[in-house]
Amino acid sequence: MRHFLYAAAAVAAFATPVAAETIAITGGRLVVGDGSAPIEGGTVVIRDGKIVAAGATVAIPSGARQINAAGKWVTPGVFAGFSRLGLAEVDAVNGTNDKSGGRSGFSAAIDVAPAIDPFRSPFAVNRSAGVTRAVVAPESADSIFAGQGAIADLGADSNPVTKARAFQFAEFGEEGAASAGGSRAGTHLHFRAMLREAQDYAAGRGTFDDDLLKAEDAKALLSVLRGDTRLLIHVEGANDMLRLMELKREFPAIKMVFVGVSEGWRVASELAKAGIPVIASALNDLPATFEMLGATQSNIGRMKDAGVQVAIGMINDRDSHQLRYTTQYAGNIVSLQYVPGATGLTWDEAFAAISSVPADIMGVGDRLGSLKAGRAADVVVWDGDPLELSSAATMVIIDGVEQPLGNRQNRLRDRYARPTEGDLPKAYDR
Amino acid sequence: MKSKLRWSLLAAPLALAACSNISDAPQSASAVPAEKPRTVDKNPYPSTYKAYPGVATAIRNVTIFDGEGGRIENGIVFFANGKVSGVGGADTAIPEGTTIIDGSGKFVTPGIIDIHSHLGDYPTPSVEAHSDGNEATSPTTPEVWAEHSVWPQDPGFSRALANGGVTALQVLPGSANLMGGRSVVLKNVYARTIQGMKFPDAPYGMKMACGENPKRVYGSKGRMPSTRMGNLAVNRQTWIKAQDYKKRRDSGKEYTRDLGMETLAGVLDGDISIQNHCYRADEMALVLDMAKEFGYKVSTFHHAVESYKIADLLRDNGVCSAVWADWWGFKMEAYDAIPENAAILHNTGACVIIHSDDENQIQRLNQEAAKAQADGRRMGFNISDAEVIKWLTYNPAKALGISDKTGSLKAGKMADLVLWNGNPLSVYARPYKVWIDGALMFDASNPKIRPVSDFELGQPGEGDVK
Repeated sequence: MRHFLYAAAAVAAFATPVAAETIAITGGRLVVGDGSAPIEGGTVVIRDGKIVAAGATVAIPSGARQINAAGKWVTPGVFAGFSRLGLAEVDAVNGTNDKSGGRSGFSAAIDVAPAIDPFRSPFAVNRSAGVTRAVVAPESADSIFAGQGAIADLGADSNPVTKARAFQFAEFGEEGAASAGGSRAGTHLHFRAMLREAQDYAAGRGTFDDDLLKAEDAKALLSVLRGDTRLLIHVEGANDMLRLMELKREFPAIKMVFVGVSEGWRVASELAKAGIPVIASALNDLPATFEMLGATQSNIGRMKDAGVQVAIGMINDRDSHQLRYTTQYAGNIVSLQYVPGATGLTWDEAFAAISSVPADIMGVGDRLGSLKAGRAADVVVWDGDPLELSSAATMVIIDGVEQPLGNRQNRLRDRYARPTEGDLPKAYDR
Repeated sequence: MKSKLRWSLLAAPLALAACSNISDAPQSASAVPAEKPRTVDKNPYPSTYKAYPGVATAIRNVTIFDGEGGRIENGIVFFANGKVSGVGGADTAIPEGTTIIDGSGKFVTPGIIDIHSHLGDYPTPSVEAHSDGNEATSPTTPEVWAEHSVWPQDPGFSRALANGGVTALQVLPGSANLMGGRSVVLKNVYARTIQGMKFPDAPYGMKMACGENPKRVYGSKGRMPSTRMGNLAVNRQTWIKAQDYKKRRDSGKEYTRDLGMETLAGVLDGDISIQNHCYRADEMALVLDMAKEFGYKVSTFHHAVESYKIADLLRDNGVCSAVWADWWGFKMEAYDAIPENAAILHNTGACVIIHSDDENQIQRLNQEAAKAQADGRRMGFNISDAEVIKWLTYNPAKALGISDKTGSLKAGKMADLVLWNGNPLSVYARPYKVWIDGALMFDASNPKIRPVSDFELGQPGEGDVK
């Protein structure tokens, strides 16, 4: 019991935020996050946890706490388009890893929300790097349907879930085939059969065949079938995407979002025509698998040019710990503009791809992801261009609350800044 | 991207049959009949690499990072016959007949060197049939040589060149074993054979591994080692045998060759460097004592996420740390990793190298170094851009024993250099041209000067910008 108390005290010491205030951040280079150009010397006003206004000429309410951001950048917080945040403390330590619940006997019914633990250190580490929201998905195991994911906020408080059961997550391609019996033929059969079983369940048919689905799974899939819950599908290869678009025609109400999408550029016009948004891995450029033969860093730029709605995500790429790479990845996509023959995004587009666009794709763009009036006040002040490697967040606000920026890594840094021991062992140095 | 951590984490249990137990672990399967000591060929798979033709070239009006901590604004670098022939300021004389490139707004660095790569022995596509990096059938396999696994058609070499400016790399065996086998240093130039890629006259390295991986891989098979103390015990037993072998070999009498023992004796001779995967500070300190106990030297601790805790000890022992900028939390021994590791090491006076262990991050070692630099600056350690470039060039060259040939822009050295379209420590910079031994091997503005491996020929995206 004792060490639990100490642990709680340690967390409280640097992790308890104050309540939402009325704040005006002035004088900075203001990025709204919707793809528009930065506003020099802009102001953003926050009240009751929401954005009141952001722009060049914004009235500052009396009594507001004013923050001078001259020489700094002010942006919406980074919205991580795909993650396993809060589902693992140490990936390879099983007791701390809640990514996959697939051996539970359930599939689509699995709901990651209660497993998202805001006291795990990836919350604090990524929060201090300016990440304020994240799409959090389960990993699949024995079914193509991995379960229901959530949208989380990275606030230093005990309520990490912004929206539970925000989407269903499914695996197609090689990983989907592996859980569906070893063939993509099985994947498609499973997909159809499970959805039909869900319909049977809804119809109360006595023949409900629970070979594939438990009743709880069926309920979760019904919500997908009706289009009430988005279906995020991990798919990399061009052919898999084309075949999925056929399934979409078969089940038109399903709101599909593709994740990963390394070969998206090969079917970009089809994706645009089908209106399927994507949460793409930004820097895949190797044929890591045979479904990624065409991978190129120009993928995102080409899809965007073809009219596809594209956000940046990090599926299976250190997605429980390193969401702080999101800005670096976006910066790399900007850099492609300067490479002959490559296709990137403009800076403004790239920042939108890590703020408003993922929020829009997840259907919460009216509440999150930009500095437009009425959105949750997730605001980050940076000491330079947020996509540049030398920059850091100097202030992070989530839901209008200024956040602590300390984390366990900082404590180790401070203890060992001068590694040689002094008058007492390092264990006394804190 | 899905098995990103497979070498450092090594999560997949290997289902290969264990064919020897620990008491005879150092014995290799390939012992051959007795032979006279002096007939042993130390280089039976010699490099056949030949520099490709280049033209005498000068880059002027360019910012130069020379790789040894020097920076020249508005400088001139020129090279001919495969060698750097001059580096200096704007008034440096350029010989006649030299092709001149205007480097305005651009930066020149030595070619980037990755001291920790598995390109070729864990190539893409990352299919089981390509899994050639861990001979995970015995905890000590000093008899295996990475060059006998490297597939020279790995598409990853081209990405490391075009996006990362990598001109040389050390390909290592994996970390399943305490003694994983010999490494090989390559020029990042495609060839039909691995001999055609080998860096001429580069010393061999031997991979060792501390910690979780060996004890998990063998412990899970019910074999020694299953603990960290088991790791040390097996290592020490093996070094004792190696000392004995070396004594027999040096006695001038007939002896039976043993490939594994030859490698270990080569380490004791000082001919083969130790490249030691090790995460935790306490384990690195134990390895340093083990090295003293048996009379060998550790060149570099790889991964070394806790080096910052013993930066003074590493400095005093002259051991480099080859580190990531910020990987952490993927396994228990990576739990205390911090982004300031490199900066604390540098500030303490210890040798820093930024490495990849990854076919993706090898494409942006410059960016990883820039992040580590920025994290240092925020704790008050101001490390200049030119010093940071040393982490990617001269320091790895030195740790590999090739710093007399490459790793910095000094007259007479190999003309391995990268012309970047901006400051390589910016996220917005990419290689514009890359020369290896003075031959233009990548040119962003010329799709013909972009290598395409056999594997990618005739595939979707062949010759794409990637």
